[in-house]
Amino acid sequence: MAIKLTMSGKFMTATLLPQVLGIALFIGLWGLIALTSPNLPGPIKTWDSAVELFSNPFYENGPNDQGIGWNILSSLQRVGIGFGLAALIGIPLGFMVGRFDFLDKMTSPIVSMLRPVSPLAWLPIGLLVFKAANPAAIWVIFISCIWPMIINTAMGVRQLPQDYLNVARVLKLSEWKIFTKILFPATLPFVLTGIRLSIGTAWLVIVAAEMLTGGIGIGFWVWDEWNNLNVEHIIIAIFVVGMIGLLLEKILVWLAKRFSY
Amino acid sequence: MNTLQKYVLAENVRMSFDTKQGKFVALENINLRISKGEFITLIGHSGCGKSTLLNLFAGLLAPSSGFMFCAGREIAGPGPDRGVVFQNHSLLPWLTCFGNIHLAVERVFGATESPLQLKQRTLEALALVHLSHATDKYPHEISGGMKQRVGIARALSMQPNVLLMDEPFGALDALTRAHLQDELMKIVAATQSTVVMVTHDVDEAVLLSDRIVMMTNGPAATIGSTLDVDLPQPRDRMALASNTHYHLLRSEVLKFLYQKHAKTAA
Ligand SMILES: Nc1ncnc2c1ncn2[C@@H]1O[C@H](COP(=O)(O)OP(=O)(O)O)[C@@H](O)[C@H]1O
Ligand SMILES: [Mg+2]
Repeated sequence: MAIKLTMSGKFMTATLLPQVLGIALFIGLWGLIALTSPNLPGPIKTWDSAVELFSNPFYENGPNDQGIGWNILSSLQRVGIGFGLAALIGIPLGFMVGRFDFLDKMTSPIVSMLRPVSPLAWLPIGLLVFKAANPAAIWVIFISCIWPMIINTAMGVRQLPQDYLNVARVLKLSEWKIFTKILFPATLPFVLTGIRLSIGTAWLVIVAAEMLTGGIGIGFWVWDEWNNLNVEHIIIAIFVVGMIGLLLEKILVWLAKRFSY
Repeated sequence: MNTLQKYVLAENVRMSFDTKQGKFVALENINLRISKGEFITLIGHSGCGKSTLLNLFAGLLAPSSGFMFCAGREIAGPGPDRGVVFQNHSLLPWLTCFGNIHLAVERVFGATESPLQLKQRTLEALALVHLSHATDKYPHEISGGMKQRVGIARALSMQPNVLLMDEPFGALDALTRAHLQDELMKIVAATQSTVVMVTHDVDEAVLLSDRIVMMTNGPAATIGSTLDVDLPQPRDRMALASNTHYHLLRSEVLKFLYQKHAKTAA
């Protein structure tokens, strides 16, 4: 009991205190800047606005006026679908690229050239091909997720220690057993890193993509509030996007920890 | 001569590797006959080609020329009839001790035995190396010596014709090593295994082997000499300490390593 108490006391001073202090300083600074610049709402005004906004997050006033909850869910859904498709194609492709040198050499110039391109540059192509905003936004997410998925999965396969392959050879395991008992578990941590990077980028990109495509979504919501000159809501959106991004990251790090050996 | 006396066989084996600097001949003119039930150690300076020779027996490498046989058949690749204990244990970290051994047991006996029998075999293998208490532990949860014992249990669980071990105790502290050597002697006596073991430890070689195969330095290393260890079984390390014949054999090996084939400082 005593140990627990001192532990939690230590946690308070070592972890919680600096964090609270940092946040308080940040809010103080923000309040100060807001005092000198009349267009920027301060923390208190923003807080009041947030309380009102989140008192009814799931209202629906026709297709273009919906609660912030719906906007967040729509964005998450796009990220989910775009990421899911990228994983469905990227992970098997990564396994093959990692396993077969020929395929690696075939794909590596294309991947290296396309990877540095901002996924938003692919938006017009998406609009052209799909002729609709929603699939085009998903397409952009797909593009932002596909490169980290392929690259990290392939890296995981390539780094597979020779020792494990020797075990497989000595036991003369079947290809299926090699995949399920050796290749897949050995590569899983790398795949999870790919997933984490993908989701991180996707969440960055979705806000910008939705600003361009419109519809329901946190990105378009920000754009809409800018047009309404509702700056409090824009600041709230920044916090919401940040917190959801942090939450996604935390979940994926926790998942990766569970599968690291 | 019957197959029992040439149970494992290497004839005029030569092994060369293709490197960036051209061909590198690691082993040349290797001739070795191992009887069934014999315990052989390969000893030689670091880099002389001990692991290479062991991997040839394992089938992980194919000789550049010459022939290798095991139990009357040419060695065409690795197979569960030759159990390998790797230097760094090579356990799969995502499987428990049970899972690691079960993978091997399932591979060898899965077609002919029931799941219950396979489980029984796995547990027996763990019991053989006194690790029943670690059945459900993961490799990172057990000590280096225990990992090496799981590696040995995995190799033995396949009931191989030959047990091949590459410096299995090399990375362990002296006390753990001595303990595992004693355990290995008991297991080998009980299972009548044929063993080829790589070591760089003279005491280990004399204690365990029926015959010590001493290798010259590379490149193009070969078998310089073999030494019959005619000490009675079972052997006891305490009794051997005051045995003059043991010391004679030991100095034979030392003479080979440090006089006839001393390694020139690199
Ligand atoms: N795959 C390989 N390619 C090139 N050279 C190798 C390869 N494997 C081993 N060698 C060389 O063969 C020699 C013997 O190596 P090894 O059998 O590992 O020695 P030991 O186990 O006796 O220390 C060394 O000079 C090593 O550099
Ligand atoms: Mg070696």
